[in-house]
Amino acid sequence: MSGSAPTREVARRVFANEFNDAGYTFKESDDERAPVYLLLPTGASANRVFFVGTLTERDDVGEDSEYWRGRIVDPTGTFFVYAGQYQPEAASTLRALEPPAYVAVVGKPRTYETDDGEVRVSVRPESITTVDAAVRDRWVAETARQTIDRVAAFDDDGNEYARMADEQYALDPATYKRASLSALEDLDETDELAAGGSHATDPPDATDAPDPTAD
Amino acid sequence: MSELRQEAEAMAEQFSDHLEVDPAEIESRLENLVDEYRVPLEEARRSVTNSYLDDAGLDRDELAPGGATRVQVADIDEDEQWVDLRVTLVDLWEPRSDSIAQVGLLGDESGTIKFVAFETSDLPALSEGQSYALSNVVTDEYEGRYSVKLNRTTQITELDESIEVGDDADTVEGALVDIQSGSGLIKRCPEDDCTRVLQNGRCSEHGQVDGTFDLRIKGVLDDGETVTEVIFDREATEQLTGTTLEEAKDLAMDALDTTVVAEEMADDVLGRYYRVTGPTFGRYVLVDEFEEPGPVDVESALIEARSI
Repeated sequence: MSGSAPTREVARRVFANEFNDAGYTFKESDDERAPVYLLLPTGASANRVFFVGTLTERDDVGEDSEYWRGRIVDPTGTFFVYAGQYQPEAASTLRALEPPAYVAVVGKPRTYETDDGEVRVSVRPESITTVDAAVRDRWVAETARQTIDRVAAFDDDGNEYARMADEQYALDPATYKRASLSALEDLDETDELAAGGSHATDPPDATDAPDPTAD
Repeated sequence: MSELRQEAEAMAEQFSDHLEVDPAEIESRLENLVDEYRVPLEEARRSVTNSYLDDAGLDRDELAPGGATRVQVADIDEDEQWVDLRVTLVDLWEPRSDSIAQVGLLGDESGTIKFVAFETSDLPALSEGQSYALSNVVTDEYEGRYSVKLNRTTQITELDESIEVGDDADTVEGALVDIQSGSGLIKRCPEDDCTRVLQNGRCSEHGQVDGTFDLRIKGVLDDGETVTEVIFDREATEQLTGTTLEEAKDLAMDALDTTVVAEEMADDVLGRYYRVTGPTFGRYVLVDEFEEPGPVDVESALIEARSI
């Protein structure tokens, strides 16, 4: 429940595989309080993300006080979210949730460097709510579409974030298009299975998740 | 027609509601000032106008200003402009104050706008569904929302034709990613014509007051490319959350805390997708209708994605 601002940052749609490949952050101005953006490998800036996936594990990894870590799986990989005393609502949601469960997360990208110099990306949640399979499916379709659109615009003249991504990551954006297409194809297949009367709109790693939309 | 004659005709027209003035008489008075006494036309006009105002016992601002412009309601974007409208009365609302004769919604092809007619203006009552030509109404602005005020000089002509009312509603779709402060169970100022939301029991206009409870959600819809702020009013909030105002009050009473209402609502609506339709006021889309988009059509999404 944050205050409103006319310049609220948009919540990017990005799959876990692309999110975890990011690691470079930057600011658009010298102001100390200027927003920090994560540079996505498909050439976009992300100060906020929205994703929907299956919570497969949540643990209190805190030492002195509660610090909850959740693993949230989408068709391409795993998002890590961390919620402590400064995210009381998200932390209490994680504490109360029984995995597996579909969850929707709004949050800010955070990066940290491991002892061996590797940059890890995680999410500091603003909100975590439980949702149903229909919301998850919509998010997968929407994220696939927006990822593919970003890949399609990657070589456009004047796409400065794409140039920046080229420079920072040197990753092939086509990887993310392929992953997006296969995420959509998986959805399509589970759709057909569901149409055939089977209770199976879940990804393989979340077979026990309840599916309130199945008839 | 000479310039002075034109000026005189326009002035006679301005006074036509109040005084029977002969344009020829105005012309000769203007002529006297301009030609004999070398007074600039603007000053002559002013002086003659004032003398007629005295005759009629009128204030200057009660006089129809020359040259109110004919506009469409969606074009109104400035405070205190004199305009002419051709509109249909869409809706009459309950006046919240004795000083208001009529309040409601006017519409033309471009959209709708709120109007107010005051008792003191002594105007004929407008009826719902009827189309009118309204000349000399004044625009007004409050927190980025525009309305028009009818006044004593407003001429109301019933039209035989029917002015079609356009749809100025916007439709926005996205995930509800935030619920802003001032959502849930709120209190509003009970003063006439004041609906401000109280902060700690205080109205910014009327100070400490006994507020009346209301429900609303100020939310943010985000489609991954743009964000839109939306407001669900009490009715829409009840429909959205399945919690009525009475139930919300009970919840708050049990918890001895009104914020639990917004928290419970957040659990029910955050992270879901909605398609909402309603007029835009300032930064906000006011939700008239909303729906949760059904299951996504994966097959056509796939076909589209492959074609990019």
